[in-house]
Amino acid sequence: MDNLIALLVAAPLLGAAVLLCGGRRLDAVGHWIGTVLASASFVIGAILFADMLGKDEEHRAIGQHLFSWIPVEGFQADVAFQLDQLSMTFVLLITGVGSLIHVYSIGYMEHDERRRRFFGYLNLFLAAMLLLVLADNYLLLYVGWEGVGLASYLLIGFWQHKPSAATAAKKAFLVNRVGDMGLSIAIMLMFTTFGTFAFGPVLEATGETGEGKLTAIGLMLLLAACGKSAQVPLQSWLGDAMEGPTPVSALIHAATMVTAGVYLIVRSGEIFNAAPDAQLVTTVVGAVTLLFGAIVGCAKDDIKKALAGSTMSQIGYMILAAGLGPIGYVFAIMHLVTHGFFKAGLFLGAGSVMHGMNDEVDMRKYGGLRKHMPVTFVTFGLGYLAIIGFPGLSGFFSKDKIIEAAFAKGGTEGWILGSVALLGAAITAFYMTRVMLMTFFGEKRWQPDEKGNEPHPHESPRSMTIPMIVLAFGSVFAGGFFGIGDRFLHWLEPVTEHAHGHPPIGATAITLSTVTVMIVGVGLAYLQYGRRPVPVVAPRGSLLTRAARRDLLQDDFNHVVLVRGGEHLTRSLVYVDHTLVDGVVNGTAASMGGLSGRLRKLQNGYARSYAVSMFGGAAILIAATLLMRAV
Amino acid sequence: MSFPLLTATAALPAIGAIATAAVPAARRTAAKWLALLVSLATLALAVIVLVRFDPDGDRYQLTESHSWIKDFGVRYELGVDGIAVALIALTALLIPFVILAGWHDADPLETHSSRWRPTQGFFALILAVEAMVIISFEATDVFLFYIFFEAMLIPMYFLIGGFGDRAHAGSDEHAAAQRSYAAVKFLLYNLAGGLIMLAAVIGLYVVAGNFSLQEIAEARANGSLDMATNTERWLFLGFFFAFAVKAPLWPLHTWLPNAMGESTAPVAVLITAVVDKVGTFAMLRFCLQLFPEASKWATPAILVLALISIIYGALLAVGQRDIKRLVAYASISHFGFIIMGIFAMTSQGQSGATLYMVNHGISTAALMLVAGFLITRRGSRLIADYGGVQKVAPVLAGTFLIGSLATLSLPGLAPFVSEFLVLIGTFARYPVIGIIATFGIVLAALYTLVLYQRTMTGPVKPEVSAMPDLKVRELVVVAPLIALLIFLGVYPKPLTDIVNPAVKQTMSDVHKKDPKPEVEAAK
Repeated sequence: MDNLIALLVAAPLLGAAVLLCGGRRLDAVGHWIGTVLASASFVIGAILFADMLGKDEEHRAIGQHLFSWIPVEGFQADVAFQLDQLSMTFVLLITGVGSLIHVYSIGYMEHDERRRRFFGYLNLFLAAMLLLVLADNYLLLYVGWEGVGLASYLLIGFWQHKPSAATAAKKAFLVNRVGDMGLSIAIMLMFTTFGTFAFGPVLEATGETGEGKLTAIGLMLLLAACGKSAQVPLQSWLGDAMEGPTPVSALIHAATMVTAGVYLIVRSGEIFNAAPDAQLVTTVVGAVTLLFGAIVGCAKDDIKKALAGSTMSQIGYMILAAGLGPIGYVFAIMHLVTHGFFKAGLFLGAGSVMHGMNDEVDMRKYGGLRKHMPVTFVTFGLGYLAIIGFPGLSGFFSKDKIIEAAFAKGGTEGWILGSVALLGAAITAFYMTRVMLMTFFGEKRWQPDEKGNEPHPHESPRSMTIPMIVLAFGSVFAGGFFGIGDRFLHWLEPVTEHAHGHPPIGATAITLSTVTVMIVGVGLAYLQYGRRPVPVVAPRGSLLTRAARRDLLQDDFNHVVLVRGGEHLTRSLVYVDHTLVDGVVNGTAASMGGLSGRLRKLQNGYARSYAVSMFGGAAILIAATLLMRAV
Repeated sequence: MSFPLLTATAALPAIGAIATAAVPAARRTAAKWLALLVSLATLALAVIVLVRFDPDGDRYQLTESHSWIKDFGVRYELGVDGIAVALIALTALLIPFVILAGWHDADPLETHSSRWRPTQGFFALILAVEAMVIISFEATDVFLFYIFFEAMLIPMYFLIGGFGDRAHAGSDEHAAAQRSYAAVKFLLYNLAGGLIMLAAVIGLYVVAGNFSLQEIAEARANGSLDMATNTERWLFLGFFFAFAVKAPLWPLHTWLPNAMGESTAPVAVLITAVVDKVGTFAMLRFCLQLFPEASKWATPAILVLALISIIYGALLAVGQRDIKRLVAYASISHFGFIIMGIFAMTSQGQSGATLYMVNHGISTAALMLVAGFLITRRGSRLIADYGGVQKVAPVLAGTFLIGSLATLSLPGLAPFVSEFLVLIGTFARYPVIGIIATFGIVLAALYTLVLYQRTMTGPVKPEVSAMPDLKVRELVVVAPLIALLIFLGVYPKPLTDIVNPAVKQTMSDVHKKDPKPEVEAAK
């Protein structure tokens, strides 16, 4: 069984290689090759899962050592895999949702002449993401970490002829690189502290070093997580990433890649457990982001960007939970999985709407679509109920547990974090109801475009609706399946450990409050977007709304400080290099040997004669040495 | 006496150079094929060197030793350690691609007469450079090394000054002036370095009484050759200065952007991927072995200069408008990493630096040669003159992207392995410097991806709309380089196996041990 692990990665990697190097002759079958290999990976994952279930809880982790990667004195990096319950959860999520999205893309990308390449990139993404969650050491994880970044870069910029797409792709990669610096430094710190960066040895030895080192490592890992998971202050790329084709947004920028930061923190649990300061910062980052994303989500009229704000916010919940330590790890991952189902479903629904609306993304130009796209409406609606935490659906179980755990952190911190999480739940209900109402309810608001083409909304083909239906099932039932009887907890506990939190108020009271704030959020949104007609042109809005439309001004800040500042810096350096450094060095040489005077003369046309004399000099030198021998 | 393999590896391209130059004017194509075949045969010899070399054997292998200038104790002494073997292999590997990529770079223009000869000269000079670089890697006699270290300037000078990039923005006259400025600047900078080194070489002879690297190093190690602290420091500085010019290290770097910008892309590759490596190689071989104490004394200053090179080169690359100058500044940043790795004085740093020399050679060759194909098509070096190339020439754009990703050290490609080793090796001893250097990875992503975005994406510019995709000859150049980048990124073990023992030796030359990890030390 152990030897199957490498196949999980190898199947999609093969797909990527074949599709990207295969050339045009594979155009006709490329999407099938990609889909089959993605599904193959899922089947292998399922076999390994069945095998794992057959073993007793404590002996489920297996590993596979492939080869020694970078053997250098004192430095040991291997290509080796580790498959435990945590990795297994991700493997099933990645390959399961991944395969569904491959199927969906067959229809969605049907008219794109570069469809083969699209599937090649998708397969590349799967391979990198699987490598990330299967690696048994931080350096190999890093390969997957940047590999998914590359796939994300290629897919955000898939429509490269659009300057906005190319810019968004570059921005995503760059912001992520800032996070990657954190991962690099964390690995270096591990190396100097523990002499290794393999999970097992590092996580076992955390007790042997001081809290300061562990805090530093934890904060660096958090920086990495902020980049990959679009958490404040490195969140600015995710909204722009919606330039990519919608299946990409669903798979990479909602269900899987952006959750890698949560994986990293939960995987490094022992480090964070021993570094309370790093944990505190983690919870703060999570809490801030969950509000930040939710507020941005309320203001966006672009359906995908509204969902992107939501993704950011929901991952904020997960990071918050992960920062809580053993009382939160399991719930962070549980929310990650249920979120994977409903958010992927919501994005695919958004894609289906766009498919029927000539790629229009402005929700102000939708309205009343439930009549035209019944399947999309129902599946999207179920995803909607799941994300707002409607009792009984997936999000209800997973989010409620996180809010409970936040309160259970105790003290003032617990109250603040818990309240923020509750507030977030209200805003989630608000913005999601807004999306729902603007898209599927009310009167039709679309108009013919300049060329006179009026959209004719229609239901999408079956290859697209079937994945949506499957994900809707997950959105409805996964939470209950995981939550009732603490199934998910028992499954993951041997890896992440679990401590029962004791919130200062009763669990029932928290659940009731969660449901109450949800109803308030829905009600407020209904008053504004359900009772009144939605204007086709966005109203000016309050100061906060306007700021939220601009991602709370973070891009403006980046532009002024980093982009402009950087441009000035590099320009002045180019000048300095040309005049000062070059000048001083030449000048120094001149004062010693008349170099610059000669240089100036040479520019006036003496180059040739000088070269000849140079050559002559060298020849004499060599001749002299040869002669010496003869003498 | 066994077959002088090392001499043969250097002599073959030298003879090839003469033969190529002698081909009649009209038989241009024959000259090109001859040069290509010679370079391939040299590669075959280099492979034999690689196979014959036993990583676990003596420090210097395949040695040859003959008396040369008896009066001064100058000997014709050759020998290779793992580091030299790796770099000889790199050189021999790259030259065929350089020749193939430059296949039409020295073709006569319509205005030239049929007796125009420089085509032969171009390829002969490339082979001459190869011969001299290889023997520099092999020489274990300081004077012998010095001669070829200097002599390679001559063919390089003519390659830069005589065969400029035809894609020049200005008039022909202006282009010629720029070119000769670049060539002379290259020559004078390196010659100045060389002169100072010559003084140090003579000084070394005065102190040691001979030029043999092995003898002097041994005498230094067992204490029979004592140098006064100041003497050692001065001699070290003399050597180091010459190598720092060639490497090039900030602030002695300004000749490189001129030289790489004005020469053709294959010659630019020759400069940065091959010739400059002699500088960093010589730091490892000569500075550390001959002057271990002075090396340690100078380490802090050198590390700071290397760090400046890394950040400064990267920032300058961001600010460039010219594709080739951008790659030149990126190289300056990368040479900063190599020098930092050497002087971090850790096993990881020095193994990383050696790997870096090889990987940087391959990645820069891939990026620069594709950039050259691009520039030849459009006739301009300016980034702003491109846009949307991806749409019309997807294979060219794809290979350019892989070259860019290698330049930004994407994990999975070879340069990541070496860059990470250098960083971790530096961090282990100098955490602050290691952390600041890590900013280089963000800047590298910035300059490469901005370059890619501006040239390859966006709407198709009218001037590039008819641009053809890569031809077979060009694919033959790029594909193997990319395959190597991937292979050495995934499985660098064959390379590390050769390099590790040599690094271990160098570490013991300078009497340095790797810092112990905190937890292990506590045990």
